Amino acid sequence: MTVTSYIFGVLSALLSLAVVIELLRRGRLRERHAIWWLIAGALALVVGVFPSTLVWAAGLVGVAVPLNLVFFVSVAVLFLVCIQHSAELTALEEKTRTLAETVALQDIRIRDLERRASVKASSESHEPGAGIPFIEPRRQRSSNET
Amino acid sequence: MVGSVEKTLVVMPAFNEEESVRAVVLEVFHKLPGISCLVVDDGSSDETTEEARAAGALVARLPFNLGVGGAMRVGFRYALEHGFDNVVQIDADGQHDPASVIALLAQIDHADLVLGARFAGAGDYSVKGPRRWAMTFLSTFLSRSARTTLTDTTSGFRLSGPRAVRLFAEHYPAEYLGDTIESLVIAARAKCVIAQVPVAMRTRAGGRPSHHPVKAAVYLARAVLALLFALMRPPVRLQGREIASI
Repeated sequence: MTVTSYIFGVLSALLSLAVVIELLRRGRLRERHAIWWLIAGALALVVGVFPSTLVWAAGLVGVAVPLNLVFFVSVAVLFLVCIQHSAELTALEEKTRTLAETVALQDIRIRDLERRASVKASSESHEPGAGIPFIEPRRQRSSNET
Repeated sequence: MVGSVEKTLVVMPAFNEEESVRAVVLEVFHKLPGISCLVVDDGSSDETTEEARAAGALVARLPFNLGVGGAMRVGFRYALEHGFDNVVQIDADGQHDPASVIALLAQIDHADLVLGARFAGAGDYSVKGPRRWAMTFLSTFLSRSARTTLTDTTSGFRLSGPRAVRLFAEHYPAEYLGDTIESLVIAARAKCVIAQVPVAMRTRAGGRPSHHPVKAAVYLARAVLALLFALMRPPVRLQGREIASI
């Protein structure tokens, strides 16, 4: 390994860590989504600074070519991130669905209330105090479906 | 007593059905006097909402398309919040004859979920090829989990009793085929009693069911997948009064 490639490896790891941490700092990335990127960046930094750890780890799990361990870990991290995103997407879809349903139900309720209010207003203008009684609708059930 | 028309809510999922929805709603009110009708406009881009309101139906308008499952859960939640005992699903394309609701209601005091079945004798509805095999396979399998004979499990024409309404208001699935297959699995595993009544189906006002072999094969595969996933999920428990065994 040349000095140039050593420096290149360390700088790449530092850059990716810096990007993740900067996004976290600005609140553009939540911790739960950044955790895998942080782990990957930290691993890359360790391997970049001490290349011998890669050889040692490859020997530990019986991988003949140490570079293959890098590929394996990279794919594993990407896989976990993708799965996490799919799961988050499913949860978001379910929440969106529940919100959309609630919006539709509340739209009905608002229309009903507006109708009652206008009926009441018009009957009061003709005959004070003779409006139809206001019937309170049942409270919306809060749905806890998580 | 349970099966009164006044305590029953017709839920009509409608997606771009401006041509047929008004006539169907009017027919529902004509054939079932005293019933309440909620049209769930499933994110239509046409005049479905206005047409349904003009016919005198209540309209719940979803801000975007959720599919039949999402639309139906709005109906179940509305029924629960407003004290309806039963919910009957009627398609907005005029495929279901509202008069048959009486036959479904007659069964509701000893079943939680009554299906209007197309192949059980009445009418001349038929399908062929892989789509037919898919339906046969689903019927055989679901009949066993529901502990009764069901011949038409993909029928959308179904009446839910009080227990099923409570169950579905929380757990009605929105996935593809979830409104038919998975909802039956959920109901069967929550110990709901399922029954079926033969009904006649009319041809749809617009469009015909697909008979293309590739599409039918895809349908079969998706149906089997939907069934497998439904069976793998943890079952839902339902609290409350059990229906006396028949």
